[in-house]
Amino acid sequence: MTNRKSVIEIENLSKSFGNQMVLKNISLKLLNGENLAVLGKSGTGKSVLIKCIVGLLKSDGGTINVFEKNVTSISRQELGEIRMKIGFLFQSGALYDSMTVKQNLEFPLRRIKRDLSEIEIKEKINEVLEQVGLAEALDKMPSQLSGGMRKRISLARTIIVDPMIMLYDEPTTGLDPATSDEISTLINDIQKRYKTSSIIITHDIRCAQKTADRVIMLNDGTVYQEGKIEDFEKSADPLIKSFFI
Amino acid sequence: MKKFSPAIKLTPLLRDATKVTLKISEKAIAKKEQVSNFMTDIADVFLFILRIFKETFSRNFEFREFFYQCYKIGYKTLPLISITGAIMGLVLTIQSRPTLANFGAVSLLPGMVAVSLIREMGPVITALICAGKIGSGMGAELGSMRVTEQIDAMEVSSTNPMKFLVVPRVLAATVMIPILILYADALGILGSWAGANIKGDVTFGLFFRQAFRYVDFVDFLPAVIKSVFFGAVIGIVGCYKGYNAGRGTESVGVAANSAVVIGSLLVIIMDMIAVQITDML
Repeated sequence: MTNRKSVIEIENLSKSFGNQMVLKNISLKLLNGENLAVLGKSGTGKSVLIKCIVGLLKSDGGTINVFEKNVTSISRQELGEIRMKIGFLFQSGALYDSMTVKQNLEFPLRRIKRDLSEIEIKEKINEVLEQVGLAEALDKMPSQLSGGMRKRISLARTIIVDPMIMLYDEPTTGLDPATSDEISTLINDIQKRYKTSSIIITHDIRCAQKTADRVIMLNDGTVYQEGKIEDFEKSADPLIKSFFI
Repeated sequence: MKKFSPAIKLTPLLRDATKVTLKISEKAIAKKEQVSNFMTDIADVFLFILRIFKETFSRNFEFREFFYQCYKIGYKTLPLISITGAIMGLVLTIQSRPTLANFGAVSLLPGMVAVSLIREMGPVITALICAGKIGSGMGAELGSMRVTEQIDAMEVSSTNPMKFLVVPRVLAATVMIPILILYADALGILGSWAGANIKGDVTFGLFFRQAFRYVDFVDFLPAVIKSVFFGAVIGIVGCYKGYNAGRGTESVGVAANSAVVIGSLLVIIMDMIAVQITDML
């Protein structure tokens, strides 16, 4: 695995909000084709980390190389080009309330893949809806969907533009165990089908066990532990053990 | 005899003085922070306006969203503006008639109502209603989009939210609010005619001719110009407050509320400035 090329390389990343330092000199790599789970308690800066990767938050220091381009110092246009290759699943789903499911799916597609014909757009929408198992939801409004359905549609909206990197922000938070397992299975399916590399931010250990090739645990803004999920399972560290109870 | 010890007498005094100095310093720091925050807010607003200008004249203007916003602002506010405009003219006529009758000047009523509606009451009252309906709507809509990460989602899918959300709304408000104001003026005159007929009998043709005998182009032009500024201010304030809303759900209410309060206040202040400028010309 270590011979694989890295698609994201973070060096000494730091980020604070006011006097509170959330990320303290974090360094990590995401290898091509791997699922990297980032574990940690709430408030340890997991979501801040991936928001810095896509440029939603500006880091205070360090470098973030995505496909060998440092996103902390590139132009807005270059950042836009990088973002076209990244899919971001938000914790809340972030579906556009005023649009139907179909319009939600069309929105990124028409803006990122401008050369597609109407037929191709329709085919692509049907393909991703079938992928997430919600072909019947096409004309529904987000308010008519359950929490799990919203997550699935949000996932469909993310993969519709064929991203090379997927960033999942707490994909199973607020879902029942059965739906969480379905989302975890979907994450694996997407990795296999679209050959994506993913960072999965979570504190759901079942999700990490099911999806992660490698795990990083954050604590107090620093990388606390790194390794395979099996190593974490065997660990005697009280903090790590607390996640497996 | 007790020994005199100045140090013992001075210690409590020094302690009190230190406490007072510390309190003053804390207050000074708090004031400095308040001033600094206020200046940062002002700078933020200017940068926001500059970005609106920049995005308006950059490529790929969102025409579809602009026309949709025009429809939302214009068509959907029409019933409210119709009722307000008509009542404005009706009430103004009923209230003014007895005073004018005392001076034997009832024939001046249509002209007086038309001039006051076109120059002042129409623009200001309609703008205040628009600040309430349109400004709060923009603040709440963009605020809830910010809270539910929809604006972030737009940004990561390579769509510029300023271009897609803010520019069409601000431009639509700038275009539609002056049109709504002119429409309110027209309905105000219609309402005034209805009011004049409660205690009198005047045909609409005669009333209309008498009304516009006293209205000049110089009455229309400043009113239209200030209406354009009212529209722009309502759009900018609504979008700014919503776009920069905080992260909690409470922020949506705060954004909507402050969009109305600041929007209305700015309309009144701008009207005062416009009146001063018109008076000088």
